[in-house]
Formats: sequence, structure tokens, C-alpha cells
Amino acid sequence: MKKTVYSICGMCTVRCPIRVEVENNRVSWIEGNPHLMDHALCARGSAGVALLDDDERPQQPLIRDGGRGAGRWRQVSWPTAYDYITEKLKKIKKEYGPESVVLSSRGGPWQSMYKTFIHAYGSPNYTNHDCTCGRNTHHASMSLNGVGRKGFAYDIKNTRHLVLFGRNYFASLQIAQGNQILDMLDNGGRLTYVDVRQTMTGVKADRFFLVRPGTDYALALAVIHEVIKRNLYPKDFIDKYVSDFDELCAFAEEYTPAWAAKECGIKEKAIMAFVDELAEDMPKVIFHPGWNLSRYKDSFYVSRALHILNVLMGNIETEGGLFIPKGPGDCGKKGIRILDCPKPDIKRGDGVGWKYTHFDKGPGLAHLFFEAMRSKSENPYPIKAWIAMRHDPFCGMPEPQRQKLLFDRCDLLVSIDTQYSEFGWYSDVILPESSYLERDNPICLQKGAKPRLIVRRKAVEPKYDTKPSWEIFKQLADRLDISEYFPYNTIEDLYAWQLEGTGYTIRDFEEKGFIDLCDEPIPLYEADRLKDQFKTPSGKIEIISKRLTDAGLPSLKPYEAPDKPVRGMFRLLYGRSAVHTHGHTINNPLLEELMPANTLWINKRAAAKLGIKDGDLLDVTASDASYSGTIHAYVTEFIHPEAVYTVHGFGRQIPLQTRSYHAGLSDQKLMSGKLDDWDKAGGAINLCEAFVFVQRSMRNPKRRIEL
Amino acid sequence: MNKYLIHLNSKRCIGCHACEVHCKINKNLPVGPILCEISHKPLKSVKGVPKTEFSFRSCYHCDDPFCVPVCPVGAMIKRADGIVYVDQEKCIGCMACAGACPWTIPQLNPQTNKAIKCDYCLERVDQGLKPACVTKCTTHALKFLCLTEI
Ligand code: SF4
Ligand code: SF4
Ligand code: SF4
Ligand code: SF4
Repeated sequence: MKKTVYSICGMCTVRCPIRVEVENNRVSWIEGNPHLMDHALCARGSAGVALLDDDERPQQPLIRDGGRGAGRWRQVSWPTAYDYITEKLKKIKKEYGPESVVLSSRGGPWQSMYKTFIHAYGSPNYTNHDCTCGRNTHHASMSLNGVGRKGFAYDIKNTRHLVLFGRNYFASLQIAQGNQILDMLDNGGRLTYVDVRQTMTGVKADRFFLVRPGTDYALALAVIHEVIKRNLYPKDFIDKYVSDFDELCAFAEEYTPAWAAKECGIKEKAIMAFVDELAEDMPKVIFHPGWNLSRYKDSFYVSRALHILNVLMGNIETEGGLFIPKGPGDCGKKGIRILDCPKPDIKRGDGVGWKYTHFDKGPGLAHLFFEAMRSKSENPYPIKAWIAMRHDPFCGMPEPQRQKLLFDRCDLLVSIDTQYSEFGWYSDVILPESSYLERDNPICLQKGAKPRLIVRRKAVEPKYDTKPSWEIFKQLADRLDISEYFPYNTIEDLYAWQLEGTGYTIRDFEEKGFIDLCDEPIPLYEADRLKDQFKTPSGKIEIISKRLTDAGLPSLKPYEAPDKPVRGMFRLLYGRSAVHTHGHTINNPLLEELMPANTLWINKRAAAKLGIKDGDLLDVTASDASYSGTIHAYVTEFIHPEAVYTVHGFGRQIPLQTRSYHAGLSDQKLMSGKLDDWDKAGGAINLCEAFVFVQRSMRNPKRRIEL
Repeated sequence: MNKYLIHLNSKRCIGCHACEVHCKINKNLPVGPILCEISHKPLKSVKGVPKTEFSFRSCYHCDDPFCVPVCPVGAMIKRADGIVYVDQEKCIGCMACAGACPWTIPQLNPQTNKAIKCDYCLERVDQGLKPACVTKCTTHALKFLCLTEI
């Protein structure tokens, strides 16, 4: 018997809506939800079937038997694993206080459950992976607009000109937005792409700036300069909603296109022609403010400049521009309930909220907990346990080698994940979560022009002895006497609790997989209704942010040129491919078949100087020679000569993942000293500030002797 | 006469290789055979923008296929609507078809030890659906054309 299940993809954190066909508890077909995606799905989305069948994932709870990372595991039952963790957590609470436990997860719609758990246990220390992802962008938006990164959505479909600074949409795929870009281009819209290399997104562009790595800020400032000089900006809007605009004008004065052209290694004429186009296309111009901008030392200010450019384009809450995502309130509907427990009134271990007052207190900053692990002196209390909920600190943050020494000071490390993560392999307990096709998740709200409720439903029964996260946290909560924060026994109870008072039941999701909260898109807010939308201290878009000033940080930071690599060294850059999601999918049989290892992109001229040919084996060595690995060269003229580039997530070291074991090279292990190199204004780690030695490897065969 | 054709709109294709996986999942294929392939030309600068052209190749469903007559058991069949497919019941896995095809299109399915190739997803087509690769293409760059309708 064939059945259809509407659900949400879990192969990356875009979480596309899907429709799954199931026959005899086997998934035979997955496609994008036809009501929302017209069936479209990416390679990873389809390869979810291979994840289900993969036996190289944890199949029952595991407790460490040998030393950390030795890979000797005791297979235990779920109650044994729960009891083991609970006992440890109780002991740690007694000895060090509940605040010495950290829980990290992925961001996204389900974090409230994990946050509730750690708060109810008594610790304020919930954190997520965002310090290696969108934190700079988020904080840039907060400092300017008073709302976070998701406080604005982009009406790409109706725009006339989309400007992307390194936002590689067609590799770091968002399917729905990607299709909007292509529709926009089909309708005669323009795409400008800025990057240090050419990408699958850049090949669709009308204008391409190949800039020197770390000079995005110069280009953004020059465009601000020119837009102000030509008086292109919307004066009424700025008078009404923007503070300290004069300071911006004075600041941008010196950053001319001629100067930026030199700094970035591009043509002044091209910048001028670009601004000519902007003038034609305004206000239907979108400067994408970036997503994963945990990159250069000034990425926060790049994002801030891009946000400012949107204001100068006059695109706020306009068609073809940025718009405020609408919620249930805009539809005259009641929202759903989500799990919640107030944060304990204890200082955070990462210093966010008391030592660092300009950061969002929600998830804090994961990398700042290392400080607390290192020394007790400066910090209020030690960190003694870390629960990683589908977060892999060793893959996401630099220098796993150094992280291990710090995590060694913890009495308990727990990994809850659908697969073995690098962190999980080093931890004390692995709780195997059921894969996204084998589990239910709570209902979530998706804001937008047409807000909706959507839910992930289990398509098939779990193949192994794995559990959904709602059950894992419920079981732990029961044992820790905090079950009142988890008011359910079954997922049906939870759904009913979430939907109480909305007039909907879970059955209402069956027809299409989601519920529209309104029939027609909510109209844009009137221009004079925007008053309450900017949640800054002044209620205006703040060019000079009070929060930054109070923290002793500049709002308009003067440009500083990036460091140049010394001879024989290159700036190490990372990115994504459309067939892999960082470290999550490297061991998936069908995706491994498409991309078994990463390569190192290197500029043709730079390669020639080093005698490197396409396909050669290269030795890549960290700046302090603490780590070295080999990788094949991909020689191309379309990358800046100062940089080398690779796809992140490879070089895994989990023997049970036979396909990905030691396949390719891990960029994070090459980032010597970068665990402490972070953006004081944006909070994120500077992942593109590492330099590496590159040379042709001795291991390239000259001749091969077999006998 | 061939009735069907798969067309790739290179302007929309983003080289994400999803079509290749969609095809494998639909046919429940293991690691090994890949029935369609996306490739692109080396990047070339056009007015300052490095550009490329994508192409999609599965099986040409030849008007006069080399693979059909060479099959010793008559497992390779060309239907009236032009679709060339392998009858999995009859195929003995000798792979004579692959040898005869100028592009070595038929491949061995190591799980069944039989030949497998693109058959335009005929079960889907016969139900009035489009092939898997076309239906689920990430960007709707692939189109399934029914030539008699043009
Ligand atoms: S982009 Fe691909 S992997 Fe990510 S949620 Fe969508 S279909 Fe799944
Ligand atoms: S799925 Fe579509 S966009 Fe992706 S490679 Fe195939 S044809 Fe191109
Ligand atoms: S397998 Fe080769 S010979 Fe046979 S129809 Fe396809 S392309 Fe033609
Ligand atoms: S038409 Fe069907 S069999 Fe042929 S390549 Fe596409 S998905 Fe595969």
C-alpha cells in the first residue's frame, strides 16, 4: 500500500517542505512539496533515502568504554543511557552548580525545546552553531535595524537588481529563493556577483567583481560614497526613519570608487557603471546582507554596510525590496504555543549579557565558553559538561585539536545526533536520534508574506533503535524532575498542546503538509506605519548604534586593508557545494558517489610559479606547522591569486564512517590560532583569516615501482 | 518516430547534479550506475563574467538503435513511441548492448547483475507523469517534450 506523507526535509537547515511516498515502510520517492515547491528538490534531498538505509550511523545508545576518542563503545539500552546521563548531571549540579552545563544545538525552529531543557535544569547556557554562521549578519542587523537577520525577508522575484557579496545561492542552496532568482533573471532582472572566485551563482551574473580577499568592505563603502554623492538615496524615508545620516555622509567622503578599485583590484569604470545601473533600478534593488559571514575581521562591518545600502536604495518594505515577514497577528490569528522556560537569573558562562552587552543573549556565543573552560579566575564558574544536540563543535569551529584539550576538563560530553559527529566520537555518550524521515518534530511557524504553520511528520518507522528528540528530552526531563516543562507523553499530546486555542488540529496538516494562516499575501505596511518596526533604542534605523557605542565599538569603522600572504602562503577560504551539507552528508553513499573528496582551488598563475599542475597532489600546512594534509589541486584562473579555496566538511576521522574516513582535507584543522580570533563587534569567529603553506607534494609519482 | 525528448534550459541549470540522484532513487539504484549526466564547458569570460554552458545526457533513444539488435535475448526493446528500454525479466547481463552503443550508455546494475539505462521513466510516463529527473529538477531547467504536440 502506497501512502503519502507531507514533511520537512532534514538534509540541510533550509528545511524545504517535502512530499514523501512510502510503500511497506520503505521510502520510494521524495519530492519538494508540490503546493509550495512545484516538486523541486536538490540532490541531498533525494539522497535522504540513502541516509535511511545507511548502517554506518549509530544504531543504539552508546557509552564510552575506552579513552575519549578511542572508539570503544558499550552498546546500552535507552533507560541505561538516560540514567547514566541523569546521574552525571545531578552530580555536576551538586558539585559545581547547574550553570556549569552547556547545551548547544543548531539554530532554527526547534531550538525552544533544547533551550527549555537546559533552562529548566537550571543553566542559562544555551548556545548554538551560529558563531560560525550568521551571527555577524544577525548582529549587524540588530545594531542598525533593531531586529535580527530574519527581521527582513527579500522579495527577490520582483526585484530588478540583486547584488550578492559572496552569497553563493546556487551552492549554499535555498531552492525556493534560487528559483526566484532565476525567474527574476528570466524576466530581465540583473544580478551582480562579488566574490574572490567564480561560482555557480556567479556564472548567472550580469556583472562580476573578482575582488581581493577581505576587501568587500572597500567596495561596499565606495558604493555608499557614490550613492550619496549622486544624491540617489530616498530623502523622505531617511529624514523620517534614519538617525545620524550626516555622520554616514562624512564617513563615506574619503571612500571613492577610484580608491576602492585599487584596493579590490577591479576597475573604477566598472564600479561607476554598476552605480549607474543601481540608479536605474532603485528602489527595486536588493543588497543581500550575507548569511555565513563568520569570515574576515571586518565581516560584521561589511554586513552593516550592505544593510545600510538597502536603506539607501529605499527598498525597506517595498515590492522588489526588503519586507517585514508577517506573522499570525497580521492574519488576525492566534499563534501556536512553543515549549518555554524562563532563563535562570545567572550570568552566562560565555560572558554575553554582562561582559559583552551588545550581543544577543538568546544563544550567546559558543566559542566564548572555551574561555571559561580555560581559566576559572576571570569567569564566574567552570564549565563541566557539554551536551551537543546535532551540533559538531569539532567540525564547525577551528582547531579541534585544541578544543579537545579544553573539553577534557569536562566531566560529561554528550552527543545527540542522527550520525556520528566528530564531537560525538570524542564524547562519553552518543544518543542516536532518528533520522528526519523516521521522526516527528513539533509544529513550527514560518513567517513571510503568507505566514503558515508547517510540521515534520514521520514517514517510516525507525530502522534502528533510535529515538526522536521530543522523546529524548522528555525522558531526561522526567528523570531530572523538570517534566512540568514538557507537558506531553506522546507527540499527539504535544501537537494538541501547541495548537490549543488556534482552532486547528493536527489533521488539518494532512491535506497539504501545512496550514496557510491567510488566503492572500498580507499587503506591505504603509510607509508611515513603519514607526514601530525598528526596535533600536531610538526606534530609528541607527547609523550610529547606541549599543555599539556603549560597548566602546565604532559603528562606522574606518577601512583597514587585509593582510597579504607572505611568499609560499595563501589565505585559506572555505565554502559549500550543492551536493554536500558541510560534514553532515560526506558519508552519504549517493552523495559520496558524486563528490568523494574536496579539492584545493588555486590560481593558475600562482600555481605555475610553484610548479603545480591541475590534479597534482598538494601538501597544505598550517601556519605554525601543527597540522598538514594532502589534497588534489584544482587549477583555475577564476580565483584570486592570494587565496586557496576548498569545500568544508571533509577530512573526517571516524573509522566507522568508511566512505568519508580521511577523505579529503579538513580546513578547520589548518586554522592555527583561529579559535581565539573572533569579531569583537559581530561575535562570530573569523574563519577566513588563516594562512597556509601550499606546495606540490613529494607524493606525486614520478615513476611507479610495483615490485 | 521518437515522440519524447528531454530538453535542458542551460540558462536555468545550476549544475547541482540533483537530477542524477533523482533518477537513481526512482530506480532504486545502488552506488555505481548513473543514468544521466550533467556536464559543463570550462568557464570562459564573456564581457567580464566567466560563463559556461550546461548539458544533460541520458540515452539518445536512437531512431535506429545499435543496442537493440545486438541483444541475444531480445531484452533491449524500442517501443512504438520511441522509448528504448531494458526488459529486466529477460536481460541476462551480458552487456552486449553497452559494447554496441557508441556512447556505452547501458550500465550494469551490480545489485541485479542486469543492464540498466535511461528509459524516460516509462512507468511514470505511462501514468501521465513526467520523468523523475524532470519532475524534481531543482530549478525546473529540465523539460520533457512530447514531440507530436509541437
Ligand atoms: S535545500 Fe535540499 S537538502 Fe536543504 S532542505 Fe531543501 S531539499 Fe533538503
Ligand atoms: S537538477 Fe536541474 S539544475 Fe540541477 S543539474 Fe540537473 S538539470 Fe541542472
Ligand atoms: S543505449 Fe546507445 S544505442 Fe541504445 S538507444 Fe541509447 S544511445 Fe542509442
Ligand atoms: S528520464 Fe528517467 S531514467 Fe532517464 S535519466 Fe531521467 S530519471 Fe533517469
